[in-house]
Amino acid sequence: MKNKEVGMTLIVKTITRLTVGLILLYGIYIVLHGHLSPGGGFAGGVIIALSFIHLMLAFGRETALKKLSQAQASVLESLGAIMFLTIALLGLLGGYFFFNFFLHKGKPFALFSAGIIPLCNIAICLKVGAGLFAIFAALVLFKGLDEEK
Amino acid sequence: MSEYILCFILFCIGLYAVLRKRNIIKIIIGLGIIEYAVNLFFVLIGYRTHGRAPILAKDQNILNMVDPLPQALVLTSIVIGLAVTALLVTIAIRIYEKYGTFDITKIKRLKG
Amino acid sequence: MEIRLLLLFMIFAAAVAVEIEDLLSSVIAVGAVGLGLSLVFLILKAPDLAITQLVVEILCLIILIRATLKKDLPLIKDGRWLFNTVSTLVFIVSFLIFGYFALKELPRFGTPIMRVAGEYIEQGLPKTGAANIVASIILDFRGYDTLGEATILFTAVMGVLAVIRKVGRINEE
Repeated sequence: MKNKEVGMTLIVKTITRLTVGLILLYGIYIVLHGHLSPGGGFAGGVIIALSFIHLMLAFGRETALKKLSQAQASVLESLGAIMFLTIALLGLLGGYFFFNFFLHKGKPFALFSAGIIPLCNIAICLKVGAGLFAIFAALVLFKGLDEEK
Repeated sequence: MSEYILCFILFCIGLYAVLRKRNIIKIIIGLGIIEYAVNLFFVLIGYRTHGRAPILAKDQNILNMVDPLPQALVLTSIVIGLAVTALLVTIAIRIYEKYGTFDITKIKRLKG
Repeated sequence: MEIRLLLLFMIFAAAVAVEIEDLLSSVIAVGAVGLGLSLVFLILKAPDLAITQLVVEILCLIILIRATLKKDLPLIKDGRWLFNTVSTLVFIVSFLIFGYFALKELPRFGTPIMRVAGEYIEQGLPKTGAANIVASIILDFRGYDTLGEATILFTAVMGVLAVIRKVGRINEE
């Protein structure tokens, strides 16, 4: 009864072990350099969610849920939304909604520049990535169909 | 001009799938094609011939950039399209569990 | 020239996706349409959009395949199908004709009127300090729209988790 192989074949599992960390790193790179080169929070967040989904598709759902359970994904998503709202509301101190309150904007084309834009990118990345992973985990865990038909 | 007409033809193919197909998954696919056509139309409007991508470089003064405003609007629209498709597929799975079929002419039982 | 070729390929793939009977093949054809769209975005000098469209397309394909696996249905048409099909085609042809007359009022392809975007390009770097103008538009000049989009994503996630819940009302049937 315990001989059921979960996940995919051995070739897919070996390649997944080698590449899933690189995909995560690439997603983080795209998020952090969102104000210097194309990308931004949305694309980076989707890539990070795709790396966890890759893990879930290749190894079965228990292994992936040990890395990031559904409760942790909900907490991360809400954290991203609250961070984004806080940055927006803090702008009210300076005048209007979403005011860029770093007065010294840094040197252009450096990594630490452009005021609130990198922080907003990180908040959006957390929100999009965790939300899409929660959607996929709920859809895959839904076992009402394949067992009866 | 011909690019705009081709974009409208893509929209009409998706519209035909939404109106005339009986399978729910085909209707969802038609909605996805309509989304692609609308996003494409926005970006086609903001294109400048021999323009450059809207990213500043270190010591170059770039004069001819393509329009960055439609690109900012379409970036949001792509992610919203994904969220709507995920919700539609979830509802379709629930309908299959309750009625046993994907056929929309058989999903007409109102509890009364 | 390349844009027209890619658009013709996308139209052909969309027609295949709509008409074919096997559900798995039509989902793969929609994936081809999305891939062509990502290439067209790259040719139209929009690299942000090309990256986002590619990865979103992959995720959309995974979710669609999850819904259609093992549930292959043939499509049958009966009833008043002649009248319905003819009226749909008449509507689509009249829509295209009126669309052609409306499209003649637009400026020529390749010459945009950039009234608002001219100011964003000139004052993007001094006011925000970011080199990517699209990122400075969506997060600084138009940050309110991004807040609305984050709300939509949150609502969609809550909707999916609510619909897929196993414990609900027990109906006697």
